[in-house]
Amino acid sequence: MREGRDMAQGFSARRVAAIALATALAGVVQVGTAEAAKDTLILAMTLEPPHMDPTAGAASAIREVTYANIYEGLTRIDAKGEVQPGLAENWTVSPDALTYTFKLRAGVKFHDGAAFDCSVVKFSYERAVAPDSTNAQKGLFEPIAATSCPDANTAVVTLKRPAANFLFSMGWGDAVMISPASAATNKTNPIGTGPFRFKNWVKGDRVVLERNDAYWGAKPALASVTIRFMSDPSAAAAAIAAGDIDAFPIFPAPETLDRFKTDPRFTVKIGTTAGKTIMSLNNTRPPFNDVRVRRALAHAIDKRAIVDGAMSGFGAPIGSHYVPTDPGYVDLVNTYPYDIAKAKVLLAEAGVKPGTPITITLPPPPYARRSGEVIAALLQQVGLAPKLVPMEWAQWLEQVFKNSDFDATIISHTEARDLDIYARDKYYFNYQSPEYKALYKQYLESRDPAQQTALLGELQRKLASDEPNVFLFALAKTGIWSAKLRGMWDNNPIPANDVTGVSWAE
Amino acid sequence: MIRRGRAAGLIIGGLLSAAIFLVTAVSFFWTPYSPTAIAILERLQGPSAAHWLGTDPFGRDVASMLMVGAQNSLTVALVGVTIGLVLGVAFGTVAAARGGVLDALLMRVSDIAFAFPALLTAVMLTALFGPDGGILLRGIGITTIPTWATGMASGLNAMLAIGIFNIPVFARITRGAAMSLWKREFVTAARAAGRSDASVTWVHILPNLASVLIVQVTIQFALAIVAEAGLSYVGLGTQPPNPSWGRLLYDSQTFIDKAPLLAIFPGLAITLAVLGLNLLGDGLRDLLDPRLRIVRYGTERKAA
Repeated sequence: MREGRDMAQGFSARRVAAIALATALAGVVQVGTAEAAKDTLILAMTLEPPHMDPTAGAASAIREVTYANIYEGLTRIDAKGEVQPGLAENWTVSPDALTYTFKLRAGVKFHDGAAFDCSVVKFSYERAVAPDSTNAQKGLFEPIAATSCPDANTAVVTLKRPAANFLFSMGWGDAVMISPASAATNKTNPIGTGPFRFKNWVKGDRVVLERNDAYWGAKPALASVTIRFMSDPSAAAAAIAAGDIDAFPIFPAPETLDRFKTDPRFTVKIGTTAGKTIMSLNNTRPPFNDVRVRRALAHAIDKRAIVDGAMSGFGAPIGSHYVPTDPGYVDLVNTYPYDIAKAKVLLAEAGVKPGTPITITLPPPPYARRSGEVIAALLQQVGLAPKLVPMEWAQWLEQVFKNSDFDATIISHTEARDLDIYARDKYYFNYQSPEYKALYKQYLESRDPAQQTALLGELQRKLASDEPNVFLFALAKTGIWSAKLRGMWDNNPIPANDVTGVSWAE
Repeated sequence: MIRRGRAAGLIIGGLLSAAIFLVTAVSFFWTPYSPTAIAILERLQGPSAAHWLGTDPFGRDVASMLMVGAQNSLTVALVGVTIGLVLGVAFGTVAAARGGVLDALLMRVSDIAFAFPALLTAVMLTALFGPDGGILLRGIGITTIPTWATGMASGLNAMLAIGIFNIPVFARITRGAAMSLWKREFVTAARAAGRSDASVTWVHILPNLASVLIVQVTIQFALAIVAEAGLSYVGLGTQPPNPSWGRLLYDSQTFIDKAPLLAIFPGLAITLAVLGLNLLGDGLRDLLDPRLRIVRYGTERKAA
């Protein structure tokens, strides 16, 4: 009896300890940062990259760690989403828009000492277009016919056909320069030309970068950058409040931002991202192969309610796979106004019976988990039986993204202007539309800016009409960082945490 | 004096426990609102006539969520403790009856099980069966779960984890108490009369263990509620959108400056349930413990 009682108390004490863990952690780690000199940065992200090769994976987290910090491309995208010179000092485009001549920077070396010259450009682009290429954005390179090297510091890229946005595309994190010597091992030991080199990676916790003293350009002010991974909103809030983290560019607990705004220790910056948060539907799996069902789901989902309920009001509802800040945006938010009755009618027409189960797979970011709860409640109202399945990130990438084994999922597509994903032959949500593909081809080949804009609008309308996925909202950049930090990006036009210009104010 | 205080504890504990069970029973048939119905325009409201305990960030009614949360918490605790009780008592009685190698073996297995806290077991089970235990259910041929049971089914991992943790607790108590019973005269008499070990255990040992076990069940039940809340808090218990006390507590954490009551109500629910059951357990122990009973008879005799 006595014995049982004591054990019982031990059991209870452990439970209490487990619950108190999150709060306790915040206090413990603070000591380290208080003493550190002001040339280190601890930045946090919600998702951990599956590996470190930006040319071989779709997860934006890879580029959010590596872009501009470790790897660089011929062009680079700046904080405003504009194309700037990168490893190419300048370039000329032939009048027929088919030949791009890049003048490469001299004296650039990879972190392992390998030299950067035109052969690297040729290697990188040919690797990306190769039939066995694992590049997640193969479409960007598809127009490339050949890359030739008149001399070591000049790269001539010829295209099969004019490609809108080619220079912008070559600034993507997926189009960075990869050395032939390290291409095979970049997943675990990333080697680039950037101002930071990879130091180590504690899986599940952090990646550490250190300054590359042999960098060709202006040396960054930071000597070391630690990128930590935490998707738990309360842990994130506790870590920021305790000074355990210096910056959280896309903070997962937007409800706490009001509190941090009034705290002079922090800068709170609400910006925009290219993130299109959508409920992806498996377009080949019944009942989602029926456009009436997809439209019914769109009518059943109150986008404003999701933004207010799940995101504390941060984010803008969208009606197609395009965000308001990108050029050529067409407002299609009201294509399927929130209308329960209409949704029920459409479901009945499509023969979807009340009580039909829908499994919604939820990756770890709070925007997905919380939106999922709202959507589950909304879908219940139209008689469906939604089931939420929370999933770890690696498993989500494998099961949902790679194997297309899902009904519905919620995810933010953070790549900029990525209308091409609906024109692909194989993509995880399995949307196939010859009309859309034709439109997209027309857009790519068009050279008249006015026509391009018109076609961008057409593409958005086509998607809104077919509603392959339910378009929810543009992900806001709920940024929070130490008030002493300078040079953080206010907006995320592409998925990146470019810290090359970040410094501490004294 | 002390005894009167304990009697008061028994009454308060009994009333609290009864209230919790009553609310749970009612929640099966009626809640003020649907616990999953969202109303964004009514989000984060304080208590009012319309919403007794206010609303959460999605505008869901907190009172309704707590009521259904009680269902899930109590079911997980009940199933968990039952698993522990049945297997633990079986292990304990067999070990006590047979002794020797079997006793040593069962008790060492029990010790090993005891070395894994429920949290760790739950992590392991989640990895094996998926967060909602779906892989296990499909494995044993259950593919559809009726709507009313989905909330409870989603706590499957928590039930198993709490159950596994409780086996050694009950095994040890049962064995200890049963061993001393085996040395008593009436047992020796029964054996002399030719009754088998199984028969002695069934007829003489188990009924005499009842009072000890009832008390322990009450205490373990309280702990199981805390454990379920802890598991749900870290995301290993009842899965969303099914409400659970632990997850309500977790979800309210980042809203603490906007709506502090949101964290206080589920915390209060857990506290009251555990307090009630513990008081009830202590009270029952005093009532059922034979040694205390002798003292009481003695006092009564003196008074007479």
